[in-house]
Amino acid sequence: MQVTSPAFKQNARGALADVQLQKALGNVRAGFIDKRRKAMDALPEFDRLRDEAKAIKDHALASLDLYLEAYETKVKASGGHVHWAATAEDARGIILDICRAVGARTVTKGKSMITEEIELNDFLEGNGIRPVETDLGEYIIQLRGEHPSHIIAPAVHLNKEQVEEDFRRVHDHLPVARDLSEPESLLAEARRVLRAQYFEADVGITGANFLVAETGTSMIVTNEGNGDLTQVLPRVHVVVASIEKIVPTLNDAAQILRVLARSATGQDMSVYTTLSTGPRQEGDPDGPEEYHVVLLDNGRSSMLGTEFQDMLRCIRCGACMNHCPVYHTVGGHAYGWVYPGPMGAVLTPSLIGVDKSGHLPNASTFCGRCEAVCPMRIPLPRMMRHWREREFERGLNPATQRWGLGFWAFFARRPSLYRLGASIGIPLLSLFGRRKGSFGTLPLAGGWTKHRDLPSPQGRTFLQQWRDRDTLRQEART
Amino acid sequence: MSAREAILSRIRQSLDATGDDGARRAAVGRRLSEAPRGVIPARGQLDAKARTALFCEQAEKIQATVQRVKSPDAVPKAVAGYLRSKNLPATIRMGADERLASMPWSALKSLEVRSGPSDGDDEAGLSHATAGVAETGTLVLTSGTANPTTINFLPEHHIVVIDAADIAGDLESALAAVRVDRNGATMPRTVNLISGPSRSGDIEQKLLLGAHGPRALHIIVVGG
Amino acid sequence: MNATEETRKPRVGLFVTCLVDLFRPVVGFSAVKLIEAAGCEVDVPMTQTCCGQPAYNSGDRADTRAIAENTIRAFEGYDYVVAPSGSCAGMLKKHYPGLFRGDPTWEKRTEAFAAKVHELVSFLADEMKVTSVAARHDGSVTYHDSCSGLRELGISAQPRALLASVEGLTMREMRDPDVCCGFGGTFCVKYPDISNAIVEKKTETIREAGAETLLAGDLGCLMNMAGKLSRQGSGVEARHVAEVLAGMTDEPPIGKGGR
Repeated sequence: MQVTSPAFKQNARGALADVQLQKALGNVRAGFIDKRRKAMDALPEFDRLRDEAKAIKDHALASLDLYLEAYETKVKASGGHVHWAATAEDARGIILDICRAVGARTVTKGKSMITEEIELNDFLEGNGIRPVETDLGEYIIQLRGEHPSHIIAPAVHLNKEQVEEDFRRVHDHLPVARDLSEPESLLAEARRVLRAQYFEADVGITGANFLVAETGTSMIVTNEGNGDLTQVLPRVHVVVASIEKIVPTLNDAAQILRVLARSATGQDMSVYTTLSTGPRQEGDPDGPEEYHVVLLDNGRSSMLGTEFQDMLRCIRCGACMNHCPVYHTVGGHAYGWVYPGPMGAVLTPSLIGVDKSGHLPNASTFCGRCEAVCPMRIPLPRMMRHWREREFERGLNPATQRWGLGFWAFFARRPSLYRLGASIGIPLLSLFGRRKGSFGTLPLAGGWTKHRDLPSPQGRTFLQQWRDRDTLRQEART
Repeated sequence: MSAREAILSRIRQSLDATGDDGARRAAVGRRLSEAPRGVIPARGQLDAKARTALFCEQAEKIQATVQRVKSPDAVPKAVAGYLRSKNLPATIRMGADERLASMPWSALKSLEVRSGPSDGDDEAGLSHATAGVAETGTLVLTSGTANPTTINFLPEHHIVVIDAADIAGDLESALAAVRVDRNGATMPRTVNLISGPSRSGDIEQKLLLGAHGPRALHIIVVGG
Repeated sequence: MNATEETRKPRVGLFVTCLVDLFRPVVGFSAVKLIEAAGCEVDVPMTQTCCGQPAYNSGDRADTRAIAENTIRAFEGYDYVVAPSGSCAGMLKKHYPGLFRGDPTWEKRTEAFAAKVHELVSFLADEMKVTSVAARHDGSVTYHDSCSGLRELGISAQPRALLASVEGLTMREMRDPDVCCGFGGTFCVKYPDISNAIVEKKTETIREAGAETLLAGDLGCLMNMAGKLSRQGSGVEARHVAEVLAGMTDEPPIGKGGR
């Protein structure tokens, strides 16, 4: 997909003016937050589980190479194949080879952010293979030629009227009289159309929420059951997963599962948690004949050992964006690449470079709500600040910003000049603004006064007044 | 250098683990063999009777329907009753599960039993669970001829029989049962942890049942 | 320990914050009054400037460090360092130590300094065990939880408890008082349109609450919300929570004229 992160500001302006989008974003604010809160309150051990989940991932990352090797051994022992892909391009090539080997023409897909990251759909189409997204939200945005705007609710930016329009446009057999005005009827229509696709597909591609080293198992977590139909019906099941999805044992996965769904949708468990180990076994009446895992690095190994390693704990629950005031305002597409919201603001610069995505770690108020709700206790604001430091070091910030900051820092570092400047400037500013109490416009303060008034200073500075008071006190004493 | 070697060596470099890593290897070996159980919620640590009650309560909370019967012999009647109550044809799809096979199906003359995996044309499917998880009302089903995975997803109505004795308090205990089931380390090809009927909230965050999998999940708890 | 040491009042260095210093000195004087009433002696080092957040949050570590050194030098001799701002106190307490990690001379020094730092209202309630204030405020208020104070320092119950002791005051909670107002320091000028959309949602919940006065513990957030309310022509007044707790509400509210 085209990276539009450099145009974040323009994207955001467009999003703010988009009435449909703003209406849809109201659903994010209303839906996810209360549900998460209720699920969390109902489990007294929730915070201890967060600590445990964090510790598990930290441990796994510290020995990631060893766990990957252990995992590979187990997958092979269960009859599966493991493919290693250093880059997105490598992963695409591997998947295409697997598809070609079985003469695949149609591929069904479970919801997977990693295949968005490697831009798999466009690539398969370009090679004559038809990818069909089967998650309802993903299906809708595929019809629209869009990308997910949220990592667990890909079509959260849309309203039902827009979905109806798309279904009528693409499902051209539909009689005009057919009612598609409500989510119920839209879901029924999608279910009917996609049922046929599951049976037609030669290859089913899913992501993975966890890869379990102990057993060589991949796990997916879904609510619709589409991921299961995607992997059980075709001849070949391909799992695409990034290397940090590794957890040591099934027990470890169980710990993290307890915080995953609660943080994501407020469910205790998602409806379907599926553990897959190898292909169809002897006597199995169904299931894929081939089972492949594509292990993707694509920049992760370089994050290890840096201040961004903590990001590799992310389990893609979406809680950070569900609670982000900036995401609530501009939605996911404004971020301009695959991963939106706070987790995207940290991950995107790691994967595509901060020179292309510098706005993302800057477009945060540092309100800290993302870190407060992150089940894996990822210090998201701190890492956004690290990106700002790297930008500053490389001189990537706009010149006006650097100049303004330098001007301010010059005084902040020199207390006597700060006091002098303030004792002249502030009373002057106050003189102009005191009567009305605030400024509607002010030179050099356009960023502020464009949307709000600037309260006027009260008069002389606190330090000026305090010194006078102190002097008076001392005089009174002598 | 292969991609595999390139990735692994880059990881080692980043982790600064290029020298002797005996300590790391030992820690990994220990974790894999001991598989510590971490934090187990208090609500999952109950006696058998309370476990079954909690399982039923949690399953109903997530829109499954639950029916309790005294013995396996009562299951065919319960299945037929469910089909009738939903105005479904008296046909049920099921695998070769021995526990299901030993139930008195032939006593119900009007009920047609179809054997083997689902082809997508079944209104109702029947499975026998390997285990259950009381803390979340979750069913644990394992693939194989006994209970083909397609039955879990293709029929509109999924009926699952579970023996109350197989209900564990917590997820870890249920997963242990899955592992033991297949000679130690070997896992069944697919383990489905199922918590309620299929659903989606993808259109305007409105929660709807029956997205791609079953619209209804009916659980028959035997004994307990 | 001799008798004079035993009865010696705790010495508090007031970090007034640059916004209060420049824009709203009455908050500083309110803080002084409250801290003295809690039995402390207050001093205001003249060499203080700003906590350094603008530089820190722009990735400028060198300037941040220089500013931090200046602050630490000015304040490390006091028993307590108190600031009428959750975000500045959070900067001093939670972020300064990270700037000096691994530095042989500054690391320990900074940690000792950080341990003494408190935000004003939580200092009164948690450290000085103040449970009520001698103030009167006839009217209804609503309280916004500023983000840093809430999430870095756990300030939420303390201001509400002390406000409950103010005679004549009625609390009308707004919806989602813990949601950001969109200020974010330099964020509001770097991304004015997004900041505006966030503060618009905030002022909507403030107006819905139906209180006469908006209170918060951070002047930055208050200037943002007050500036928006003023632009919208709302009659809701805005004050720092310290002004009400100290009973110093003679000055016009934030952004209002009339003197």
